[in-house]
Amino acid sequence: MPAFEETCSSRPAQCRLYPFRADPPTTTMQRIKGLTTGSLPTFVDMGSNFASRAISDDNLIHQFGQVGKRVVFMGDDTWESLFPKKFYRSLPFPSFNVHDLHTVDDGILQNLYTTMVGDEWDVLVAHFLGVDHCGHRFGPDHPAMADKLIQMDGVIRSVINHIENDTLLVVMGDHGMTETGDHGGESQKETDATLFLYSAIPLFPGPPSQDEPDVVPQINLVPTLALLLGVPIPYSSVGQVLLPLFPEFGPAQGAVAGLSQLEALWINTKQVSRFLVTYSALAKDIPSESLAVLQHQYENLSSEYLTFTREGRSPPRELSLALQAYLTSVQDVCRATWARFNPLKMAAGLIILALACLMCFTVSEMSSVLVRENNFRLRATVVVALLVGVCVAAGQLLSWGYVELAWCMAATAFTSELFFLCQALQSKTSTGVKNEAKAPKSASWRTPRYLLSPPLVVTLLRFASMLSNSYVITEGQVVTFLLRSLALYIPLRLNWDGLLLPANQDPSKPASLLPSPASPPSTVRKESSTLVAFFALLVGSLYLSLFFHGCREEQHACQPSPFLSSLARVKDNQLKNIFYVLSVSSLAVWTYLLRKCLQHYGNLNSSGGTVFTARWILPLLSVCLGLHWAVSASPENSFRNLSELIKLAQIFIPRAAYCLLGLGLALIWLDPLTVFVKTRPASGTLKNLSVPPPRYRASTGISPQAELHHLIPQIYQRMRRSLDDGETSGASEVDNRPAVEAYGLGTVYSAPLLLFCGLLGLGLLHLHPEGMALSFLLLLFEMGALLHIHASSTTLCDLRGVYSGGFNVPWTPVVLWSLAATQFFHATGHLPTFSSIQWEAAFVGFPGGHTGTFLPASLVTLNTFASHILFAVGCPLLLFWPLVCEVRGSRAGKASGEGGEDAVMEMRLREKPQLFSSALLQLSARYLFILGLQVFASVCAAAILRRHLMVWCVFAPKFMFEASGFLVSCVSLLLGVSLVLRVDVAVGHWFKRLVPDVSR
Amino acid sequence: MWDHEIRAMASTHAIIAASMLMATVVPAALVPGFSVYGTHLLWIYSVSGAVAAVSVAIFWLLGISPPTRKHTLGYKLSRLFRSCLYFFLSCMFFHIVVVLYGAPLIDSALETFSLAVLLSSLTTLRCLCVLGPNVQAWIRVFSRHGAMSVWDTCLQITVALTVLGAWMGAFPIPLDWNRPWQVWPISCSLGAVFGYLSGLVVAPTWIHYHRKQLTYKCK
Repeated sequence: MPAFEETCSSRPAQCRLYPFRADPPTTTMQRIKGLTTGSLPTFVDMGSNFASRAISDDNLIHQFGQVGKRVVFMGDDTWESLFPKKFYRSLPFPSFNVHDLHTVDDGILQNLYTTMVGDEWDVLVAHFLGVDHCGHRFGPDHPAMADKLIQMDGVIRSVINHIENDTLLVVMGDHGMTETGDHGGESQKETDATLFLYSAIPLFPGPPSQDEPDVVPQINLVPTLALLLGVPIPYSSVGQVLLPLFPEFGPAQGAVAGLSQLEALWINTKQVSRFLVTYSALAKDIPSESLAVLQHQYENLSSEYLTFTREGRSPPRELSLALQAYLTSVQDVCRATWARFNPLKMAAGLIILALACLMCFTVSEMSSVLVRENNFRLRATVVVALLVGVCVAAGQLLSWGYVELAWCMAATAFTSELFFLCQALQSKTSTGVKNEAKAPKSASWRTPRYLLSPPLVVTLLRFASMLSNSYVITEGQVVTFLLRSLALYIPLRLNWDGLLLPANQDPSKPASLLPSPASPPSTVRKESSTLVAFFALLVGSLYLSLFFHGCREEQHACQPSPFLSSLARVKDNQLKNIFYVLSVSSLAVWTYLLRKCLQHYGNLNSSGGTVFTARWILPLLSVCLGLHWAVSASPENSFRNLSELIKLAQIFIPRAAYCLLGLGLALIWLDPLTVFVKTRPASGTLKNLSVPPPRYRASTGISPQAELHHLIPQIYQRMRRSLDDGETSGASEVDNRPAVEAYGLGTVYSAPLLLFCGLLGLGLLHLHPEGMALSFLLLLFEMGALLHIHASSTTLCDLRGVYSGGFNVPWTPVVLWSLAATQFFHATGHLPTFSSIQWEAAFVGFPGGHTGTFLPASLVTLNTFASHILFAVGCPLLLFWPLVCEVRGSRAGKASGEGGEDAVMEMRLREKPQLFSSALLQLSARYLFILGLQVFASVCAAAILRRHLMVWCVFAPKFMFEASGFLVSCVSLLLGVSLVLRVDVAVGHWFKRLVPDVSR
Repeated sequence: MWDHEIRAMASTHAIIAASMLMATVVPAALVPGFSVYGTHLLWIYSVSGAVAAVSVAIFWLLGISPPTRKHTLGYKLSRLFRSCLYFFLSCMFFHIVVVLYGAPLIDSALETFSLAVLLSSLTTLRCLCVLGPNVQAWIRVFSRHGAMSVWDTCLQITVALTVLGAWMGAFPIPLDWNRPWQVWPISCSLGAVFGYLSGLVVAPTWIHYHRKQLTYKCK
């Protein structure tokens, strides 16, 4: 800004330029609060940055209003919501839309000069936003920023020329910006801005002297302005007056101030000390010894000052210095102890959270018992817990006279958990007594060997890594490392158990250990090579995903990924095209892979809602995305004659995408079946997966239920046989009996879930920068690789007859799944810091900004926790995938009744509904347990390290992100599980419909 | 039961450990400015060289390597050549694995490769000595019933502990303590060496205490 330097060098007595330092967090609303109340911010206020409520504390604007000063405001509409009806005249302009660089500034400029010249104001506040928005959108080194700064320079010059003699011009930045143009944190680049003071007449004795402050804290402006304008300093201000603005001795020489430096200091000191006394009486968080020191200091100073004024002598310079020192030390003490903690509540929360985790673990360990005993007295638990909650509330009402909701809820949660755990313990002992055979198995998790198993070790390492700030800072890499290590454990373990290589090759292996391996070595070898190939895919995609990480301020040597910035920011046209082509092709691959997968399992043959979605909505949605990226990446001024069209397209294409997404998801929900039924065989069109007509003998004496039980294995035996040899179809045709063909019944559960995830993924990708398409493709690869590794290892275990028990998903894949969720949180460019939230997501489809706060908030949430959502919704896939990929005859030892060839894929789940539901419950409980443990770890970190230097920039944000991620994951997991249950119901109906059809 | 083998193993391990110590001490006397942290690569190569030379010599003298079917010179030469090739390939393999585990790709390729050489000479070389250039046998050894002699069990333990040590050596790297040993790849190579040393101690001890349970099909 050349205007500052030129003015200050040519007119040193009229002008001052200081570095201006904000207290973090450096979000706009916090800064406005700080600049008007003069108090230090409390951290939690930050969340309400975009839902700013009116300031209730005493503040400058209120004081101005009290003494009848006319405050005119123009600019950022945050002010208007903070100070409703406090302004004499107000011209607010919408501030939330960061794409809009000019509306606010142009609005101010239209009114600024006319207002200045007019006589209708005492205080004029003009809050320009262009530079801030430009930083958010383009970053600090973009040509657009230069244009904006040149414009601001011109504005300052002309204001300096227009200013009258009795006016002080204060130009300041409320916060700085990082290398990427964002702000919110506490790095020096974000907190430091400029303060420029100018008056048309000489205000200062000369050029800046030695004893002037180096850096001015933001809150110091508050008492300064208040005393200059002759209003009381706001009550809760802890600022210190800016001495150079006051004449050194009396009001003689200055035309502006009525107070001398010492008088101003004295008033300021009295005000701060009064506030300190009241505050420390209310809240006990200021350490008593420092409080006593401050109090003592104040008494000394006041007596000294009073003696001097009483005697009429001019007080020495030391007094002024001592007063300043007092004010500075008050500020320091307040800064150090501003955050308040309630140890009791923290301990209670930790206990409740730990118990909840334990409960999840118990549920996962005894899911089969829970499902078998339907009357687990859950209702009693809930009732007792609610009663206890009400009792606590009543007790509070009686003893304190008011109800603190947090304690009531805590009591409720605590009782329910305790009750549940007690019952679990009881039922465990009772079942242990009932069948002794099961007792050692259920006790196995208490042995140290079980605790040392790698999945739990990795979980514990993850837990421990939350407690160290360095590990939280490099969390992306740490999680990737753990993920790789745990994934490597699967093949190693299989090899250790001798399952990876065909048994016949193993001369050392005692033959008696193998219960007659029915599987040929080729199957084993194929399965092993699948496993190794997918492991390679996993490792490769993990490695590539590291290139999409963002950077924290603490990582100095780090360069943020070039894919993170939106295409509009890329200046080189060729690079832009390459990026665009890359993104679009990965989008195409995503769509193609999903469709291919569904087609492979024969799920694209029927005409239901889900199939319609897969056939039409999925491709349409990706086309929409591609178009939207093209439109939003086009430079603002390149197609002038098309600008209207582009603006229209920027609104309507994303909205069309939202509608398609909603329609697709709704269709999947309403009609999740992808089964295509043919009542007559058409051997000419039979594909590989076509099913020959299973003959169904209508036996009159059997109820429909029994018929149903009979039919399901029948269909699948037929299906199996047709895969074995195509001849059967011809044979069945001869029979000419009532027949049913079902395409895609084998993946009836996983297909809708997969499609749901795929659609949701596209929708979430829509909210990300374009380059993230590549990262999302890697996410799909990694999901597939994890599922296939899990499936192959299960198959390998089954092939060798190592029966793992029901459909239960072991710990390792679940831990891998949850680690992958965290890993892709980082690989989609997110970080657990507030300055890295991608606010642009709120404007996808709403370039004109929003009226409410719900919609933008939910869009930003969806953007931030995209990977949590996808992995949580897709979690039940872990249960289905081994069944989808199962090899013929693999479970030979298990299924005795249906013979050797009973690979009926997911229909196996319908044959054993109890095992199915217990496995589903176990899977979700395990996933929740691992997520809950992560939240617990971050809560522990934030609680234990609450006085740590890094608490506000590392642990507290981490805790908030982890907790909200947990909530989002829970909701998504519920969504995924309920989709599975919905499919289950639909399949039930389908069979009911089918049976009368056939028996007729 | 396996007393003779265990005694031989213990003395072998003592010699190897002593050679590693010498490989640290002798260059310190000879080379000016030698230190484990400062001239780390030199230390790595000196240790790997010492371990390689000593193990090859001892295992050759003890005659543990599997009996060769042919005794022609050409066959022996081809075995030697294949062993060298396998050693080099294992260096490449370890390099790739370490890079995939998060080591910088280009910046410190030499350091990463030195670590790979160290890991190879601590693990692959022993496999080569005990099992010969036979990847099938290597894979077979690392299964529960794969060990065919006391030396195979010992191999399992040392290799597992070495790799585990190198893996754990990566843990302190992200910490902000600014210690000299946090620089890549010092902590990992130190971890690998300590893992190997502990393997040298643990293997005979473990086998000694479990000698009653150990049964091998062959031999």
